[in-house]
Amino acid sequence: MADLSINLAGIKSPNPFWLASAPPTNSGYQVQRAFEAGWGGAVWKTLGEPIINTSSRFAAISFNGQRVAGFNNIELITDRPLEVNLKEIYETKKRFPNHAIIASLMVEPQQEKWHEIVKKVEDVGVDGLELNFGCPHGMAERGMGAASGQVPALVEKQTYWVKEMAQTPVIVKLTPNITDITATAEAAVQGGADAISMINTINSLAGVDIHSWNTIPHVAGKGAHGGYCGPAVKPIALHMVGECARNPRINIPISGIGGVSNWENAIEFMLMGATGVQVCTAAMHHGFRIVEDMIEGLNNYLDEKGIASVNDLVGKAVHKYSDWGDLDLNYKVVARINNDVCINCNKCHIACEDTSHQCIDMLKDGEGNPILRVREEDCVGCNLCSIVCPVDGAIDMVELPNEFPPMTWNERQAAIGALACAVDTVK
Amino acid sequence: MSLKSISYEDLSSNFDEVEAGLSNREALEEANRCLYCYDAPCIQACPTGIDIPTFIKKIASGNLKGSAKTIMSANPVGASCSRVCPTEELCEGACVLNHATKPIMIGNLQRYATDWAMKNEQLLFTAGEKLGKSVAIVGGGPAGLSAARELALLGYDVTIFEAEEKAGGLNTYGIVSFRLPKAVSYWEVEQVKSLDVEIRTNTRVGQDISVKEIVDCYDAVLLAIGMAHVPSLGIPGEELAGVYDAIEFVKETKTKPITDTLLGKKVAVIGAGNTAIDAATCSVRLGAENVKILYRRTLEEMTAYDFEYEFAKQDGVEFRWLTAPTKLIGEKDKVVGIECMKMELGEPGEDGRRRPIPVEGSEFTLEVDAVIKAIGQSRYLDLIEAFEISHDGGVVTIDSETFQTTNAKIFACGDVIFGKGQGEAMVVSAAQQGKQSAYSIHQLLVPTMETV
Repeated sequence: MADLSINLAGIKSPNPFWLASAPPTNSGYQVQRAFEAGWGGAVWKTLGEPIINTSSRFAAISFNGQRVAGFNNIELITDRPLEVNLKEIYETKKRFPNHAIIASLMVEPQQEKWHEIVKKVEDVGVDGLELNFGCPHGMAERGMGAASGQVPALVEKQTYWVKEMAQTPVIVKLTPNITDITATAEAAVQGGADAISMINTINSLAGVDIHSWNTIPHVAGKGAHGGYCGPAVKPIALHMVGECARNPRINIPISGIGGVSNWENAIEFMLMGATGVQVCTAAMHHGFRIVEDMIEGLNNYLDEKGIASVNDLVGKAVHKYSDWGDLDLNYKVVARINNDVCINCNKCHIACEDTSHQCIDMLKDGEGNPILRVREEDCVGCNLCSIVCPVDGAIDMVELPNEFPPMTWNERQAAIGALACAVDTVK
Repeated sequence: MSLKSISYEDLSSNFDEVEAGLSNREALEEANRCLYCYDAPCIQACPTGIDIPTFIKKIASGNLKGSAKTIMSANPVGASCSRVCPTEELCEGACVLNHATKPIMIGNLQRYATDWAMKNEQLLFTAGEKLGKSVAIVGGGPAGLSAARELALLGYDVTIFEAEEKAGGLNTYGIVSFRLPKAVSYWEVEQVKSLDVEIRTNTRVGQDISVKEIVDCYDAVLLAIGMAHVPSLGIPGEELAGVYDAIEFVKETKTKPITDTLLGKKVAVIGAGNTAIDAATCSVRLGAENVKILYRRTLEEMTAYDFEYEFAKQDGVEFRWLTAPTKLIGEKDKVVGIECMKMELGEPGEDGRRRPIPVEGSEFTLEVDAVIKAIGQSRYLDLIEAFEISHDGGVVTIDSETFQTTNAKIFACGDVIFGKGQGEAMVVSAAQQGKQSAYSIHQLLVPTMETV
């Protein structure tokens, strides 16, 4: 049994699976059920001035019959009185002293407001704070959430105010609704954050009903943009985690959020630099019980690889994530089709023929059976055929021996530059 | 395999497992089709209560070891059951998707996960901390193995006494290879053995070790001896060459090299339970030219599972309903014919099934080269008597809650308690009874401890 416990900027939990601040962590009843099921930590649904929520709040994207490929919500922060939440946090922490409870906070960008709420939540024994600078809808219209989180100076200043008062570790939760997330991540570091978490939800409109012409979801015939999450956003989140992890100026732990649905996703985030992960949509789809497989799957993976602690995964793939200019232009892969496995759907052919490099030929073998063959000299190794292929093992992407030594774009430009200089000198 | 694909040149190849098992892609697609219901009806429908949605979710997430563990923790013979359970009557019959699209292939997914564990030589469990108490289990079939596994997890020193060369019982010897290869049963035995359970094979209680020694030397005893050979038909000619006991007949196909004794021959199987189906489909695979099942009642009363019946029909087995043998005809000590009578159904008997009544003057003769008797199984009466416990015609009397016999330290489960309206005949029920017996033994021996 591998050691699954983590310590994220001083916040300890028995495993890296936390519930994200969201509907699943709305009450003590829910968080306690989650801890009973095995979740290592929970970020309490954002506390602040209670708000009023709308009726009809969620929508999801089904993709070819698969439900909840993506999820969209227009729910705001907690709509329960602060005192009630504080009482339940206290009771939950008392019952589960070894589990992490992090209070998510959002108040107006004023120093005293932050000071006041930090003191209140720390008094009931939370293990850490998460500043919600990410909520993209509703709260942002009131100058909070993403409205704060999109302005690096505001991120820095509010983090600083919180740090003035906070005794527990402070995590700054970042919005993805910004061109370069490292700008706000750096601002959080400047403000003194102990950790950052990402991503909050992405601005979205789930759909339009083509019969009623209402938005999806709608509230009395009107809609507003919401926040998008779930499996569909995982690549976006992973990119942002990776960008922060490989940025030397962002040298604080990362809590990874965005489409984590199972143990494999969690490993990906941790390899890309996250110390732990937060989950919401998968729990909303299936219930808290999914964590059993997450824990067991992660443990079996670590045991199988002979890795003693989950912490040994953190950041192990970061050095493999780089700039385009650092990729080897002389590296070559080509597609090879295994006709004994191929079922002749010809999807690879038409994908290549119409939309890529026209290098998969439809031929007949000696007995007149249809076969597909790649003209390797014309194949650019784009992967498209193997992506559209429905059968495992029918198309292999094969590495070819390098004809030339490795050469990146940056190296190439440097070499040309040097050559130009040399030419200049000769002149 | 359909009749067409039976090889008459390489008979032993006919005994390879019929169903190929799901490919990785099939398993993944099917696993992702599962709704992952909460408080799912499939769990309720499984006699061992396997957490089916969870094991399927684990296939979908790629946690195959965890999936196999979920299955095997609830059912110590879960790999065998994935192949032999009447799933359409159990888990798959209860699947909520019956009302929406089509049910999840739970049996095949269960096989996929356990096959993975088998292929990757996984040991899934570790023995519990020793309690210093010992339990003797007589019989290493599904019920005995299941009890042994649970007791070992609880920390008991468990010894299984097995009369045959290998443990596994029905799963090893009684179910045809093309449905349940021996290797599957052996793997389940290994899982139990790996928990320090001692399995004394080739040890027949009452002969190789006395009943007294067992009762005296262990803190508790579990009788899981199953049932014995096929009883006599009670008609002339049973001693002729070419007359077989179905249990022995199937066992030979699993323990000895396949021979061409039945190649091109005419075979009659008497009886219409699952063993009769096994004997008939084995005969087809041994190259018999014609295989008939003779049954004195009708399709309605037949005890074979529907899928077994379908399987036999696909194999080209002929069913002769309302047909009872009256005499086996021999020539030079060898069976050559079978004299039969047509029957009609009368009033229901004690078991609720309508009794067959001979139709006068309906005698006719079938030409046969072999006759296989499959009219049920007899009981190990002498052994049961030797334990000095109550029974009703070989069906051991138990407390239905605790599986305790009339001797407080002796428990019984599996086929030895099946019959006379008591118990269930399925492998999966035997597995569950084994678990329950283990918990009762635990309750008896360590009453202060919490039961599972």
